[in-house]
Amino acid sequence: MPVREGIYGLLAEFDTPTELVVAAKASYNAGYRRMDCYTPYPVEEAAEAMGFDEPKEKAVSRVCLLGGILGGLAMFTLESWISIWAYPLNIAGRGKFSWVAFIVPAYEWTILWAGLCAGFGMLALNRLPAPYHPLFNAPNFRNGATSDKFFLCLEADDPRFSVTDTRSLLESLHPVSVVEVEH
Amino acid sequence: MATKDILPQNPMIDPETGEQRVIAPGHTFRSVTDKLTRIVLTPHTPLGWFFGFALAGSIAMMLLVAVTWLFLKGTGIWGITMPVAWGFAIINFVWWIGIGHAGTLISAILLLFKQKWRNSINRFAEAMTLFAVVCAAMFPVIHTGRPWLAIYWLFPYPNTMNYWPQFRSPLMWDVFAVSTYATISVVFWYIGMIPDLGTLRDRAKSKFGRFIYGQMALGWRGSARHWMRYETSCLLLAGLATPLVLSVHTVISFDFAVAIMPGWHTTIFPPYFVAGAIYSGFAMVLTLAIPIRKFYHLEDLITIRHLDNCGKVMLATGFIVAYGYMTDIAYAWYSADKWEFFMAWNRIFGPMGWSYWILIFSNIAFPLTTLWSRRLRQNVAYLFIVSLIVNTGMWFERFVIVVTSLTRDYLPSSWGTYRATRWDYMTFVGTLGLFTTLFFLFIRLLPMIPMSEIRQILPGARINEAELQHKGGD
Repeated sequence: MPVREGIYGLLAEFDTPTELVVAAKASYNAGYRRMDCYTPYPVEEAAEAMGFDEPKEKAVSRVCLLGGILGGLAMFTLESWISIWAYPLNIAGRGKFSWVAFIVPAYEWTILWAGLCAGFGMLALNRLPAPYHPLFNAPNFRNGATSDKFFLCLEADDPRFSVTDTRSLLESLHPVSVVEVEH
Repeated sequence: MATKDILPQNPMIDPETGEQRVIAPGHTFRSVTDKLTRIVLTPHTPLGWFFGFALAGSIAMMLLVAVTWLFLKGTGIWGITMPVAWGFAIINFVWWIGIGHAGTLISAILLLFKQKWRNSINRFAEAMTLFAVVCAAMFPVIHTGRPWLAIYWLFPYPNTMNYWPQFRSPLMWDVFAVSTYATISVVFWYIGMIPDLGTLRDRAKSKFGRFIYGQMALGWRGSARHWMRYETSCLLLAGLATPLVLSVHTVISFDFAVAIMPGWHTTIFPPYFVAGAIYSGFAMVLTLAIPIRKFYHLEDLITIRHLDNCGKVMLATGFIVAYGYMTDIAYAWYSADKWEFFMAWNRIFGPMGWSYWILIFSNIAFPLTTLWSRRLRQNVAYLFIVSLIVNTGMWFERFVIVVTSLTRDYLPSSWGTYRATRWDYMTFVGTLGLFTTLFFLFIRLLPMIPMSEIRQILPGARINEAELQHKGGD
């Protein structure tokens, strides 16, 4: 990524989740789209207020489903290939393609790959790991975003963003503070 | 009679429901964060921790000695012989895996059922799962004698011998069930911990702590979009872990049920094994939770409600186990098969009959008669004792299943007996040491109670609808 300079956004701090949701709704209604809320635990209302709806987006679920199908198929195919062609064994005259016995490992691999895809897929969709983020430059962010404060950041990429107007919008929402965040 | 009638003045009783509270009143986001991060980030490790860690660590050293000697001499140092070729290794394997199952039950199944009370005990129950699986997986591996040579018939990989594994064997199914279980448990546990690692990163005073927790937190910043995907991911993992945990002990029971030994070849085994697993797992949760909440003064987060609920789950699963024992005997009778009949008689009254009576006392007679009482279920000392007794009983259950069936099968000329050697005992006790050592490290270095999940059940987390309507004004 190219080195970016200048302002990343304006960060408003709130004490309660309700104030945050109110502020997120107001900013969304004012036309802002490039924004995000930061909370110490999941606040579904905040995501909804910004117009983000994961259940509708279904990205994580899709990755998980794909992983599960591929994992199960891969194991079943491997077992069949091994038992029929690669290393056929005569076990008391039973058929080589004894697919009933193959279900168990295939079932386990369905779960294995679905689970790995759900976990790592979520991280990838969230663009994590990301050890650096401009927000960590804000003096108050690390003091509260992961413990007891609620933040709303309106980002400078947004076409409506202007340092003065956006600041006055945020200040009208009774935050504890509004700070500029540098890249 | 509700709990509030027994203890009307107790602040831990919620006046609305009349039940014990899940979390003590008066906690805020800040107080929970402070209390739980201090345990990990304090530069002053409690002396008691060092003492316990040293003790557990020296017991774990015994495992190292026993396993080293095993690799030098072979499995002949164990008591296994013909006809009892399974012995302690398989007993311990099944016992440990079973203990792990309660962790997954708490973290996955209770999450799907939206049981909020589980939040404060789920992290360390998951850690318990992980460490129990570590101990369990070791047994079948060292039971192969030369594990470095076992890889080629356990894992399908292209090797120079052009050899491939045999997938019709339940032992191969085991490999995939247990390895999947271990992997998914690690992923679920770690994903659940990421937000709390972020908290530790932000609260750590030392540069080293900030760096380590910072790396482990993967840059978590609590974005609302991230949280939504995270929640979906956790629900999916819970939904996957639920059939997984049921399948793992089912597959393990296939090791027995697919064989034609009298006493093993029954269809009741899968559900009966799963219920037994959860029974002993909840007992282990209590064995761990009771001393930890006392030592770290966590009585306001792991409340009597949690202990009481664990007792209730044990009562329910204990009855399924009791049903399993009855079915075992009924099956022997109904099969009209003289070997099955003899096996049941031999199990109860034979030379190893004492082990059967230990299991009846510790799994059925004592816990299932006393766990009914609310007063006892809310008595910490009683719960601790009952948890130890149930764990002993469940170990003996596996002993009975493995040993009595194998010592006397169809042909009286090949009957034998089984006697564990000191190496068997050292290996078993050593894994207890390893489990405890890992647990000590876990409670010192990682957040043992999920802070982000506790915050969700605090009163401050409620969105004030009235204020939202008033100010939101769409």
